[in-house]
Amino acid sequence: MSATDTQDPNRRDFLYVATGMATVVGAGAFAWPFIDQMRPDASTLALASVEVDVASLTPGMSLIVKWRGKPVVVRNRTEQEMKDGEAVKLTDLKDPIARNANLPADAPATDANRTTPGKEAWMVMVQVCTHLGCIPLGQEGDFGGWFCPCHGSVYDTAGRIRKGPAPENMAVPVFKFISDTKILIG
Amino acid sequence: MSEGHSTYTPKTGIERWFDARLPLPRLVYDSFIAYPVPRNLNYAWTFGGILAIMLVSQIITGIVLAMHYAADTSLAFDSVEKIMRDVNSGWLLRYLHATGASFFFVAVYVHIFRGLYYGSYKAPRELLWILGCIIYLLMMATAFMGYVLPWGQMSFWGATVITGFFSAIPLVGEWIQQLLLGGFAVDNPTLNRFFSLHYLLPFMIAGVVVLHVWALHVVGQSNPTGIEVKSKTDTVAFTPYATIKDAFGMIVFLFFFAYFVFYIPNFLMAPDNYIVANPLKTPAHIVPEWYFLPFYAILRAITFNIGPINSKLGGVICMFGAIVMLFLVPWLDTSKVRSAVYRPWYKLFFWLFVADAILLGWLGSQPAEGSYVFMAQMATLFYFAFFLVALPVLGLIETPRRLPNSITEAVLEKNKGGGGHPAGATAAPETKG
Repeated sequence: MSATDTQDPNRRDFLYVATGMATVVGAGAFAWPFIDQMRPDASTLALASVEVDVASLTPGMSLIVKWRGKPVVVRNRTEQEMKDGEAVKLTDLKDPIARNANLPADAPATDANRTTPGKEAWMVMVQVCTHLGCIPLGQEGDFGGWFCPCHGSVYDTAGRIRKGPAPENMAVPVFKFISDTKILIG
Repeated sequence: MSEGHSTYTPKTGIERWFDARLPLPRLVYDSFIAYPVPRNLNYAWTFGGILAIMLVSQIITGIVLAMHYAADTSLAFDSVEKIMRDVNSGWLLRYLHATGASFFFVAVYVHIFRGLYYGSYKAPRELLWILGCIIYLLMMATAFMGYVLPWGQMSFWGATVITGFFSAIPLVGEWIQQLLLGGFAVDNPTLNRFFSLHYLLPFMIAGVVVLHVWALHVVGQSNPTGIEVKSKTDTVAFTPYATIKDAFGMIVFLFFFAYFVFYIPNFLMAPDNYIVANPLKTPAHIVPEWYFLPFYAILRAITFNIGPINSKLGGVICMFGAIVMLFLVPWLDTSKVRSAVYRPWYKLFFWLFVADAILLGWLGSQPAEGSYVFMAQMATLFYFAFFLVALPVLGLIETPRRLPNSITEAVLEKNKGGGGHPAGATAAPETKG
């Protein structure tokens, strides 16, 4: 054994580390497609937006469209429902954040922030309970909004959680009015 | 009992030829014929064998069902009905498979509680116990995914709720949930991957079962006294004694199984699952299969936030924690005595724990409202207290009863007290001095 072999770190150490690193990176790169294939595929992502004609909805009427496999409710709220929604104090809310994908993440959950400017009568919302994903029933429960029969979560007329195990307000998806009677969701 | 000397002697030329090349006959002989088992095993010990035949039964019925099933959201429900109505003997195969899943869990719960009662998890059987816990986890994953395949209302909403657990994980939860579902909600990609995995996992279970049995044969079986085998008089040969006892246990078990399959095949199934999955309508009352109910009750019991952990994440943590407890049992139990037979206090707490698990199961089937929530919270508290307080503390403060010196002594003592059989009676070979 020559003297150079005992120098630390030597050429061989470098080769060991480099080989090890290459193996790890290679294994990771090889594993990734097997994980990646599980993510939502192109056809699923292609369904990411839907157009809804809401011309036929008079106040007090709702319709449900399927968006990304989930029901989205479009509701033309009555005067009373809007008044009820506006009357709620933020301090009374279990979740004080708007959960509106069209607004900043920390926007407060006022009635107006749950809708879109100029169209405050219209609730557009993913009608999926934020607890464990059941579909709440519309216009039921103590607050005149939604009621989830699975574990008893109660939402108000603006879809905000008021009672029960659900942690968050129901989500408002990205949407906009592309004309007076057409909504684009997603 | 570890390894020991092989007593196999090949008799024919073919056996000798094999023995020199691949000693498979020797392995079978040493493992299932000459293998020494404690002479005092009771019927609780027959459930290992029962579980083995249930696994084989599930794999065989599953493979033939897969020949008629279509894993596509537009076909799945109808293909199951086709199996029930059109496929020759299809109704029988499906009922065997669906009811078989339930009976697989009946057997595994008896097997687990037997281990807890007799302290079968203690050194040197910790790995044996943990391999069993892994099998149990794999069984739960397999059963959950199998339940999704008929694509009924409970299939769909069960899958939605259970994959929803993962969305409770902070930051990456949503991403993981989409990874599991292959979309934003339970849909065709979900059904396809669940079918693929439902076909794979039973073979992984079979693999872990091989390790489980291997570990068992290294350390030897535990027994009702919890005393290690000390001499040859403590054991009997696996064949005929254990084989016959196991066979009898299996036959009795299969009687009950057959009764359910032929007379009340839908007793353990939710009627809602005979309604085709509808992503826009949730059934009024979602309940999982009975074998998940205690964990479901624990999940729903957490209705309050714990510091920075919200109620949803808290519920999920407690539910998985309930299973993690089983893995930790070998180190949570501080007692030097294995069997509850000699531990008066542990015996009491064990039966309270059994009652608690049944109570949790019942609560899981009830709506989560009113006094049920409070009862579930108390039952959950006791569940964790059993593992985290009773197991460590009892081992330190309890005075165990006097242990017999050996299995043989225990058997003979018991026999003397009960009047006993005539010496040498063939009906009770374990009592032969």
